[in-house]
Amino acid sequence: MKTARVAYSGAIHTATPHGDQLRLADGRIVAEEAVVWLPPFEVGTLIALGLNYADHLKELSKELTVTAKDEPLVFLKGPGSLIGHRGQTRRPADATFMHYECELAVVIGKTARNVKKADAYGVIAGYTVANDYAIRDYLENWYRPNLRVKNRDTCTPIGPWLVDAADIADPMNLALQTTVNGKVTQSGHTRDMIFNVPFLIEYFSSFMTLYPGDLLLTGTPDGVVDCQPGDVIVTEIEGLGALVNTIAAQASATKP
Amino acid sequence: MIVPPFQLAFDHAPYRLSGVVYGTLLNHRPAQQALGAQMLQAPYKAAPKAPVLYVKPLNTLVLDGAAVTVPLDAPELEVGAALGIVIGRSACRLTPQDALDHVAGYTIVNDVSVPHDSCYRPSVRFKARDGFCPIGPAVVPRTSVAHPDALRMQVWIDGVLQQETRTGDRVRNVAQLLVDVTDFMTLQPGDVLMLGVSAGAPRVRAGQEVAIEIEGVGRLVNHFVAESCNPGAAA
Repeated sequence: MKTARVAYSGAIHTATPHGDQLRLADGRIVAEEAVVWLPPFEVGTLIALGLNYADHLKELSKELTVTAKDEPLVFLKGPGSLIGHRGQTRRPADATFMHYECELAVVIGKTARNVKKADAYGVIAGYTVANDYAIRDYLENWYRPNLRVKNRDTCTPIGPWLVDAADIADPMNLALQTTVNGKVTQSGHTRDMIFNVPFLIEYFSSFMTLYPGDLLLTGTPDGVVDCQPGDVIVTEIEGLGALVNTIAAQASATKP
Repeated sequence: MIVPPFQLAFDHAPYRLSGVVYGTLLNHRPAQQALGAQMLQAPYKAAPKAPVLYVKPLNTLVLDGAAVTVPLDAPELEVGAALGIVIGRSACRLTPQDALDHVAGYTIVNDVSVPHDSCYRPSVRFKARDGFCPIGPAVVPRTSVAHPDALRMQVWIDGVLQQETRTGDRVRNVAQLLVDVTDFMTLQPGDVLMLGVSAGAPRVRAGQEVAIEIEGVGRLVNHFVAESCNPGAAA
């Protein structure tokens, strides 16, 4: 099953697909443009992977002084950067390189501690698509990538749907693709992850308790390009859906 | 979806913490001075420009009086005493003039870490273990703390004073830190932003008691206990 969380007519609803439209939990059928799409569930701890695809690692290798070897490169994000499907992400006026990152997002469904790889799929509630934007101008070498790069308001669209784990036969066998204004700029495959989903669940749960609603963003493949105001960015994963986002201009950082 | 059982309630707005806690690193001038010329060398290559921030996730949050587990693989932990700035009103792009109006009050945070030298790309294993962020015991209203940038902070281990610093001498004081953080991320009511740990953080081992005292804000006490050799069963 796929579910969305949308605002419509003064309330927040759970919605399911109904052809090209949406069916609200109370039975009303509405156009998908008639609602405001929210992140599809309430997100707890937000864990993100850096450099988890071999090709992306190569793409960025010139600016790296360490690479992922034995341990995943991980950073944590706060919930404030999340927005839903069809939202707007703001590009700061002084940015020269802002890029999307299409990522398989894994939603935890059970309290999980010391879970082995073989049991990892049993703690997953489902999957969604995340677009983990980065503004490379702000990258510094202190607790890299710093939150100014990776935890900005509006810079982490997720959705459109929470897709039940049961509907995805093998999350390590999904094609990913990003288009900018309809042109394909990134295409990859989840089988190319350096650390796969069962590994990651064993790894994280070996030192921290994962809770229902926690979200793992599993990294992005090669093919990130600069995005300008007005660009429509569609990050899509096979079986999970297409997450649409539009870049908007943000005024300079001084108070209006 | 459920949220882990962490709740610090208090009797003024916004009445409870949201569970979102951000740490700030290298905000104490002596902490930057201790790094000295290293800051200009690889891998850092320059002093930090933006505030150096990190997240203490929900699994780390515990209250005053809770036992903190010392992991088997890290017998000695760093005690990061920090002033916790509790947000009272949605805070976005604040100015130095209005920043403090958005503060509900102050609390004490013990930002526990596995000691690590590198600030380049440290593993989340160092800061995100279960129970690694005691907070409390209360949120003292902003109006009761006249000078948040001049409070005495003490760390006591088993009753012996191990560190005494002040909330002053910061690269960014409370108001300026709020200005620079909310320039790019909105803080919500109940979120906690740490002013940043001081240089010379003491270390603690299993079997010891840590008390952090901040003048006018209170005293946060936690026992540190050894991890059992047979850690929790798989879910």
